[in-house]
Amino acid sequence: MTLDIGGLTVSIGGKEILRGVDLRLEAGRVHGLAGESGSGKTMTGLAVLGLLPHGARVSGAIRLGERDLLTLPPKELNRVRGGEVAMVFQDPATSLHPMLTIGKQLTEHMRHHLKLGRAEARARAVELLGKVRIPGPEEAYGRFPHQFSGGMRQRIAIAIALACSPKVLIADEPTTALDVTVQAGVLRLLRGLCDELGLAVLLVTHDLGVMSAVADEVSVMKDGLVVESGPRGQVLREPAHAYTRSLLDSLPDAELR
Amino acid sequence: MTLLSIDDLVVEHRSPGRPVVRAVAGASLTVGPGEVVGLVGESGCGKSTLARAVCGLNPITEGSITFDGEPVTPLGLRRRRLTGIQMVFQDPYASLNPRRRVGDQIADGLRTVRDTATSPADLLERVGLPREFAGRHPHEFSGGQRQRVAIARALAARPRLLIGDEPISALDASAQAQVARLMRDLAVESGAGLLFISHDLSVVRLIADRIVVMYLGRIVEVGDTAEVWADPRHPYTRALLGAVPKPDGLGVLPAELPGDVPDPANPPGGCRFHPRCPLVMDVCREKDPGFGPVACWLHEPK
Ligand SMILES: Nc1ncnc2c1ncn2[C@@H]1O[C@H](COP(=O)(O)OP(=O)(O)O)[C@@H](O)[C@H]1O
Ligand code: SF4
Ligand SMILES: [Mg+2]
Repeated sequence: MTLDIGGLTVSIGGKEILRGVDLRLEAGRVHGLAGESGSGKTMTGLAVLGLLPHGARVSGAIRLGERDLLTLPPKELNRVRGGEVAMVFQDPATSLHPMLTIGKQLTEHMRHHLKLGRAEARARAVELLGKVRIPGPEEAYGRFPHQFSGGMRQRIAIAIALACSPKVLIADEPTTALDVTVQAGVLRLLRGLCDELGLAVLLVTHDLGVMSAVADEVSVMKDGLVVESGPRGQVLREPAHAYTRSLLDSLPDAELR
Repeated sequence: MTLLSIDDLVVEHRSPGRPVVRAVAGASLTVGPGEVVGLVGESGCGKSTLARAVCGLNPITEGSITFDGEPVTPLGLRRRRLTGIQMVFQDPYASLNPRRRVGDQIADGLRTVRDTATSPADLLERVGLPREFAGRHPHEFSGGQRQRVAIARALAARPRLLIGDEPISALDASAQAQVARLMRDLAVESGAGLLFISHDLSVVRLIADRIVVMYLGRIVEVGDTAEVWADPRHPYTRALLGAVPKPDGLGVLPAELPGDVPDPANPPGGCRFHPRCPLVMDVCREKDPGFGPVACWLHEPK
């Protein structure tokens, strides 16, 4: 399924945060979103999920297939969020409840959204834990988040995001808090899931190396606008916009390219 | 002359009912005046434990730490100021008092060294903040600004050694390189040494003269930053650098290092890296390569 964001504006307290964002996510493709903090990357992701702060004013369109998420009644939007559209955050602690076993967290989603029975949900949860390569998924099912390393917790957060077979996955700095060795594994996992499940992925990251490794398309945001968008190789190797060039030039290994 | 010298340092964590964790298991390194040393390694390898021992915050089990020719012993915070070592932590909130104006907190540092010529506003200016921010409280700053305040406060006491323990990890990406460069410039300008701890290899590369690579309580490779980057020799260093994705637009997924860091309470025998090493040989399982600058049987000194 395609997610098409057109002319998206968001203002909060009279301040324009997004000033007409256009982005298109396609099935089986990773779309990378780069830009400095405060440029509106996270806000764009939150808008797709209908999770904007209270009092935010929104205009434009966010089309998922035939529907415009911005005009969907709250009840239907709820079904979309956590169902067809899922999200993974920088800090897995944001998406994992510390007091619940990961099995409980995985199955609760499925029972709520997919109306699965207990045994079915359990079987699917164990399968998902295997898919995100948690060692010993059967035993892991009954454990608590703190019994896993940071990288494993992020894999579990991804499993939870996948629980209801989403079509669109928004991943906001999913590897920024991880060691590079662990990051490598999570990036491979994300890329593999995108290809295998035909997910449309929006990957928000400030790290142009991460972008280069997994994104098919890259968009660069500045001050609430997408200033450049195109295939990964083009944007990172022959940037058209001066701002993209300045981001690339400020990298520690700029002299190597 | 060396400013800081750590020799065969062992630091253990003991907690009742749990096995002893040898977080630093025989590590040696030096930092000279005006030198920037980057300490890298996966989380849990003992970087913070080592840094805290240098500040006298963790007792030394074996080995020694010498600062300016004097042995470092466990000290209170006040004495530590006087010794000339200052530390900047990951979370500036934890080290700044939320109820006091930042100018007053910076003034504390100036007082410990009886500096009456410098004002807190001067220091704020040096870390790139407006002078008038001295009257504000910590919550009025963004994360990056708050870390600048923590650096200003550390500098007020005119340290000869500045230690940053993941000082940029909690900052948002655009601020990370800036704050790291700022720490480097300020340390080098004042002739102080800087021990910069980070899991972000690209930032360490940007600011460090020398890189020290730590794995499971041990230093596995030490070398000039450019040389280590161009020609990493320890298989662990290679794995670490190989995992950094390059912004070349080619869509190459970074190499994965299989396996997890073993439990430091129960480290593998022989070379500690052998269960994860792609080049493991028989000798690696038997004998510990306890030498430098590259602690690996493939690089035994002649
Ligand atoms: N206060 C403590 N009590 C017990 N174990 C600790 C304590 N602090 C750290 N450790 C353990 O020591 C090892 C090294 O930790 P640390 O020095 O924090 O590593 P790093 O800073 O490289 O992430 C880890 O296994 C950690 O769990
Ligand atoms: S000593 Fe052996 S196991 Fe250890 S890093 Fe070298 S080759 Fe690998
Ligand atoms: Mg640490």
